[in-house]
Amino acid sequence: MSVLVDGRTRVVVQGITGHQGTVHTRQMRLFGTQVVAGVTPGKEGSSVEGVPVYNSMARAMAATSANASCIFVPAPFARDALIEAVDAGIELVVIVTEHIPFHDMLTMYHYARIRGTRIIGPNCPGIASPGLSKVGIIPNVVFRPGPVGVISRSGTLTYEIVNGISEHGLGETTCIGLGGDPVNGTSFVDALPLLEADPETRLIVMVGEIGGAAEEDAADYIRQHVSKPVIGYIAGRSAPPGKRMGHAGAIVLRGKGTAESKQAALESAGVQVARFPYEIPDLVAARLSRAPP
Amino acid sequence: MVKLAEWRGKEVFRKYGIALPKGTVVRSSAEAEAATRTGTVPLPCVLKAQVLAGGRGKGGAVRFAATPAEAREAAEAILGMEFKGEKVRELLLEEKLAIGRELYVSLTLDRSLRLPVLMVSPHGGVEIESVDPTSIDRQPIHPFVGLAAYERRRAAEFLGLTGPLAKSLDPILASLWEIFQKEDAELVEINPLAVVGDRVVALDAKVIIEDDAAFRHSEYAEIRDDRTPLEEIAREKEIAFVQLDGNIGVIANGAGLTMATLDVLQEYGGRPGVFLDLGGTDDPKKVAEAFLLMARAAPRAVFLNVFGGVTRCDTVATGLVEAMRQVPASERFPLVARIRGNNEAEGVAILRSAGITSLPDLREAGRAVVQAAQGGRP
Repeated sequence: MSVLVDGRTRVVVQGITGHQGTVHTRQMRLFGTQVVAGVTPGKEGSSVEGVPVYNSMARAMAATSANASCIFVPAPFARDALIEAVDAGIELVVIVTEHIPFHDMLTMYHYARIRGTRIIGPNCPGIASPGLSKVGIIPNVVFRPGPVGVISRSGTLTYEIVNGISEHGLGETTCIGLGGDPVNGTSFVDALPLLEADPETRLIVMVGEIGGAAEEDAADYIRQHVSKPVIGYIAGRSAPPGKRMGHAGAIVLRGKGTAESKQAALESAGVQVARFPYEIPDLVAARLSRAPP
Repeated sequence: MVKLAEWRGKEVFRKYGIALPKGTVVRSSAEAEAATRTGTVPLPCVLKAQVLAGGRGKGGAVRFAATPAEAREAAEAILGMEFKGEKVRELLLEEKLAIGRELYVSLTLDRSLRLPVLMVSPHGGVEIESVDPTSIDRQPIHPFVGLAAYERRRAAEFLGLTGPLAKSLDPILASLWEIFQKEDAELVEINPLAVVGDRVVALDAKVIIEDDAAFRHSEYAEIRDDRTPLEEIAREKEIAFVQLDGNIGVIANGAGLTMATLDVLQEYGGRPGVFLDLGGTDDPKKVAEAFLLMARAAPRAVFLNVFGGVTRCDTVATGLVEAMRQVPASERFPLVARIRGNNEAEGVAILRSAGITSLPDLREAGRAVVQAAQGGRP
């Protein structure tokens, strides 16, 4: 089992003719993803990595019955790309694009929500279920099928943590990179019920960071609704207040969004919080050996 | 984020019709005297240092003057002073109004709700964090609908404003919403919004414009903000670069990994001085450029921590070795590397041939770089 993506996921890549779009179309296919179409206005009739390119989402969907999209288009055009995908009736959109203004993202989020489209991202590595499908840019090599569900606001750090879990001889059901922006389509609170409901996920790893209150919100949700063990980690303990730490969303503002607050909230909800990312695989292994399968 | 100085914020306010005291910006004491003598700024007046840090009143960066001579004197005292590390180059001169109550209003983003939120409080003039939350009214605003008239009425009621006062607040709130959306603001704040006779007036202006929206706001491109000179160069080169107050440089890829690396260094008693995020680059030239920028920050030691996923370890290593060669011997610094992931063996071999050891364990690598920064060998 997996959440959000599986063997039936049929992906259209928006911005497929760009460098990133092309590179990751190839990587997704190597992972086993069915990439069925690409969209770049004005490039219909060409193909990228053997994938046919269409001028619009509507045409791509009519020709291929895709059900998921992966957006690589530059930030100034991302809003339009998302609206087009939603209007074409897509179910799931992964937005890899970084630096989308949050005002645009507010429109995108609420529009998608009204139309019933789920957004993952933006500024995110996407989602992957080893052996089934990947939509996004998470490196193929880090995965190994197993019982751990991973949700994270980070990119590279997630690869490192997933890699550590795999190297430990464990593995993942699904890994979702939620993205490092202040407004994201899917938050921890949105993703937790999916992993809680997935019968093959036995444990959840949650990688947070400073800024906002997504981890505090998650702690409240976990306390009430999550029965599976959760291992957490929060990056940015040493970050000074008022500095934006690489992610648009990673900033301690007016005393809000500190690592201490997030760690305390998670611990009070029964989440075991690792001090460092390299502690996670051991904690996961120990917890899994205790938890009933 | 582009934090606008008060006078720039007020220029935005003026454009959107928000009531302000009469005033002008001056850059010398002679200009201050002239502005008051000609009546451009009525007397008595207030002179405010145009710096981004808060607490100006208590810090001597705000003064009053009743005559043109006093205005000159006060301007002399403030101009050129250093306020919380910022040199005062500009003053805002404004008429001193007879103020009644001081209120607070702002629009900002509620990340959890994914909605803008209008915040108002009858306790203005102090930092909003210090105000009892029960004295703050928060109304989420749906972006498709905008700030509705009933929401503006509710804000006025919460602020205890009625009659002409409530009437003067209403267009200010409407303008605030317009500014928030049209100017791509992260924060629009009036603190204090003062009762002056039978109307309310914005005595201060705090406007923060979102960096990511810069592509549609060339009018803010010239504002240097509070970035350091090196941060400014990095921004032009599109390298994520943040200067902190320690002495260890960190080059990593990805914000989360960079933050985790800083946390490890701090654990071992190290003080990160610069953090540089390579992002998803797999271009050796870009890596070299980033490394040379790091060298200019003169760190005591540098920690390169890269996990190659999309990025290949060998291209990062190649760029690094290339850049090392360009740094003059007198400016070299100890370097500890940890490169893992995609093409790891090739990357480690390239580093080894240049005399750089890659330590695979984050703890070990962290300890080594802290030791190197403290004068020991890596």
